[in-house]
Amino acid sequence: MNKEHVPQDQENLNEGKLAKLYYATDEKGHYVKVNSIGWEPETVAMQQAWEVVNDDVKDAVELVRRGKASPLLYFIKKNIMTNAMVASYGGTAGFIVRLHCIPYFFNRLSRKRLERYAYTFRIKVEELTDIETIKKS
Amino acid sequence: MKVNFAHKQSAHCESGVVSNLLRFHGMDFDEPMVFGIGSGLFFSYLPFIRVNGIPVTAYRIWPGQVFKRFSDRIGIKIERKKFSSPTKAMSELDKMLDQGQPVGMLTSVFYLNYLPAAYRFHFNAHNIIVFGKENGNYLVSDPVMEYTTEISYDDLVRARFAKGMPEPSGRMYYPVKVPGEYDVESAIWQGIRQTSDHMTRIPMPLVGAKGMKYLAGRLRQWPERIGNRQAILWLGNVIRMQEEIGTGGAGFRFIHAAFLDHCSAKLKNDKLFSISQQLTKSGDQLRDFAYYAGRVCKNRKSDTKTFAELGDMLEACAQREQAIFSELYEVSRSK
Repeated sequence: MNKEHVPQDQENLNEGKLAKLYYATDEKGHYVKVNSIGWEPETVAMQQAWEVVNDDVKDAVELVRRGKASPLLYFIKKNIMTNAMVASYGGTAGFIVRLHCIPYFFNRLSRKRLERYAYTFRIKVEELTDIETIKKS
Repeated sequence: MKVNFAHKQSAHCESGVVSNLLRFHGMDFDEPMVFGIGSGLFFSYLPFIRVNGIPVTAYRIWPGQVFKRFSDRIGIKIERKKFSSPTKAMSELDKMLDQGQPVGMLTSVFYLNYLPAAYRFHFNAHNIIVFGKENGNYLVSDPVMEYTTEISYDDLVRARFAKGMPEPSGRMYYPVKVPGEYDVESAIWQGIRQTSDHMTRIPMPLVGAKGMKYLAGRLRQWPERIGNRQAILWLGNVIRMQEEIGTGGAGFRFIHAAFLDHCSAKLKNDKLFSISQQLTKSGDQLRDFAYYAGRVCKNRKSDTKTFAELGDMLEACAQREQAIFSELYEVSRSK
């Protein structure tokens, strides 16, 4: 890639925090370092990955609204985690976490267990059990 | 406490960390040198390992190997530690900083809040250097960032003890002994030989240039096999792995080409320069592939024809790389 061709697409997801480094060639084909603020295909691919995450979150909100799922499911999806990951943070097993995504089991959780989940998602226990805010979102 | 540490931005996290750490210890290796001697370039398509249901594509060797190979070839002794307790890990870090030793470590990108939000997925093998502590915050030299940044104690603990695959477990490392004398030339040839060997001569269909060809073949069938929506998601993942921080496929071709370019100047070998130019072309081709694939993802139309065309493009890349690295292997074998 010639250093003149290093993409500088304004439309990017870097929030001005990041200008990635590229190695590009000068006129004679020798390599120099050039910064790039963004490139369209990369942005598209990343947006696409986030769309999947956002869709999952939306589905989870819908389930919580209908009373089919507990807030735990919403927070798992929001933090892009899997049941197994949450389980290893909370010191339990994946299928237990799946059970706790069902309101019946979630409502019977001890304070200690709730605190563990809240710690996993870096929130307070009150936020974890606050169904109304999730329903509104 | 703050160590007098010179930060230089790099394209890839692992080779950047090694380069920055060694500069602190008085050994001047540029990022492409580290990447080339450590044989970082590779390709593998692993359909039996799925992340979020999407098969893994990697344009590089797995994390940790670049550093290992590089230090073996140059003869650097490295101390590596891993911890079970966060408090112990952090106090050990403080101890090293007190001694004036910058420390490299593995972290999860999800908890590094100085990065743009869009990049913060759960990727647990990002390398950073911590080189000081001020007002309770740690000073971080993240090789992909232009400038040094800070991170709070809590976030650093989270990042070092993130869960999921692979677990960083607070891993940290620093060189304890750097050699006074070393043979760069032989290290360079070892690096080149291993890279080209792995790209062309491993008798398995999923790795090296063969892996690219295999992926091209599979990619053509995706729309029929898994449906439009999934096919586009999978394609998006292939580009993401190609272009995102620390994994960029075409970027790696350029780093390796830069390495060959530097070597040709250092060893006065014109052959390496001409191969470097060919590799540049291969990198450009991969970028073209990403460009068209990006278009397909954006328009969300995946008729079989576009996927067939993309497969052809990728196969052309595979052929070119097969030729380049076979030639490189022949050159390096005689050294």
